[in-house]
Amino acid sequence: MNAQNNSSQAHIRPTTSKITFKNRWDHFLARWAFNRMGHRVEPGLYSLGHPAADSHVFVSGNYTLSFDALRANLTRLDCYILVLNTKGINVWCAAGGGHFSTDELVNRIETTHLPEVVKRHVLILPQLSASGVAAHDVKKQTGFRVEYGPVRAKDLPEYLKARKATKEMRTVSFALYDRLILTGVEIAHAVIPLVVLGVIMFFISGLLAAAATVAAIFAGVVLFPLLLPWLPTPNFSTKGFLLGGIVVLPFVLLRCLGAADAEFWWRAGSILAYLLVFPSMTAFIALNFTGSTTFTSRSGVKSEIFTYFPVMAWMFCSGIVITIALALARFFIDS
Amino acid sequence: MMRNVYDFNTLQYDSQLCSGCRMCTIVCPHQVFEQNGKIAELIHPKDCMECGACQLNCPTDAITVDSGVGCAKAMMIAAVKGKKEPTCGCARP
Repeated sequence: MNAQNNSSQAHIRPTTSKITFKNRWDHFLARWAFNRMGHRVEPGLYSLGHPAADSHVFVSGNYTLSFDALRANLTRLDCYILVLNTKGINVWCAAGGGHFSTDELVNRIETTHLPEVVKRHVLILPQLSASGVAAHDVKKQTGFRVEYGPVRAKDLPEYLKARKATKEMRTVSFALYDRLILTGVEIAHAVIPLVVLGVIMFFISGLLAAAATVAAIFAGVVLFPLLLPWLPTPNFSTKGFLLGGIVVLPFVLLRCLGAADAEFWWRAGSILAYLLVFPSMTAFIALNFTGSTTFTSRSGVKSEIFTYFPVMAWMFCSGIVITIALALARFFIDS
Repeated sequence: MMRNVYDFNTLQYDSQLCSGCRMCTIVCPHQVFEQNGKIAELIHPKDCMECGACQLNCPTDAITVDSGVGCAKAMMIAAVKGKKEPTCGCARP
C-alpha cells in the first residue's frame, strides 16, 4: 500500500466509506443502549481510498457511530482518518468529558507518526470537538493547524468545496428525528425503574396504579422528547409536570369511576395521591433528559435541579405515603 | 430551532482583549458570537449552553465561561457518589 511507503514506522489501517450490514446492526444495538460503551473502533491512523502525502486528514473519536458517520460521508475521496481514543464516546460528549482533548490529539499525532505520513500539516476536526481541543495549543505543540469542519459529517462534501461552513452547518439542531432516535436509549434505561416502580405500585395500590406508572414513565421517555418544543412552559421540570399531569388524568378518572360507591375522603385522597405521584415521575425523567439535548447550560440545569428536585421528591414521597395510608384505612375498614 | 431555556449563564466576554481571529464565531454551536469588523461581538448571549469551546479556543483569553455538561443525570449521580465534577458517559463505564 503506497500510504505505508511514506513511513516505515507508521501503522496505517485501511478502511472504506461503505457501511455494511454488520455496521448497521452495530448502530442499531448502540441506539438501544446494548453494550453501551462497547461500540468502539481501534484508535490510530486509517487510510480511505489511496491517500497521498498531500491528502486531507480528518479526525474522529473511536465510537463506531462517530467514525462511521465520518467515513460514510467521504465517498470518492482519498484521505486519512485519525481516530482518537475517546473511550467509545461520541465526539461532543467526549470533548466535554475530556477524552477528545488537546493532549489526546497531540499524543495520537505522535504515536501514529503522522508528521512523516503527510506533507500538509492540517487537520480537519468536527466542530463539536472544539469544547475539548484548543486549536492554538495543538499548533504550538505539533505544528499542525486545526481546522474545524461542520457540526455534521453529512455537510463535509459541501464544506470541502470551499473549505467554508455556512451558519447552518455551524449550528446544532435538535429536530424531531434527532429526538426520536434518542428514545431507544431512554426506553432501555427506563426498563428496570419501570418494573420496580410498577411492582411496588401494584402491591400498595393495585393494577390501575401499576398501569399509571407505566404511562407516566412512557410519557417521560418517549412523549417528552418528541413533544419537547411544544410543551409551553420554560423549563424541563415544569414541562414534565404538565405532561405527566395530562397523561395521568384518564387514570384519575378511572380510579373515581371504579370506586363510585366509596367514601368521599377515599376518592379525594386517591385523586390527590395520583396527582402527586405520577406527574413527579414524568417530571424527574424530563429533568434527566437535559443531558441528551443540544442546548442546556450547566448553570441553568444546576439551578433547575435545586429548584424542582425537592418539589418532585416531596410530591412523590407524600403521594406514596397517602397511597399507603389509604390502602391501610381500606384494609381496616373492610375487615 | 431549540435554544437554551434558562435566563442566565456564566459567559463573559471582554472585547478589549479580542484579536479578531474569529475562532469563537467558528466553534460556537449556537452562533452566540458574530464577527463585526475587526473584533467578535457577543450577539446572542442568552443562547450560550456553556460548552466552553469558545473559551478554550480563544488565544487571548477574552472569553470566560464556567463550562461543563448541562446534564441533570450527571450532576445527580456525581452528588450521590460524592464526586466533584460530573462528566458524560452515564452508562456503565
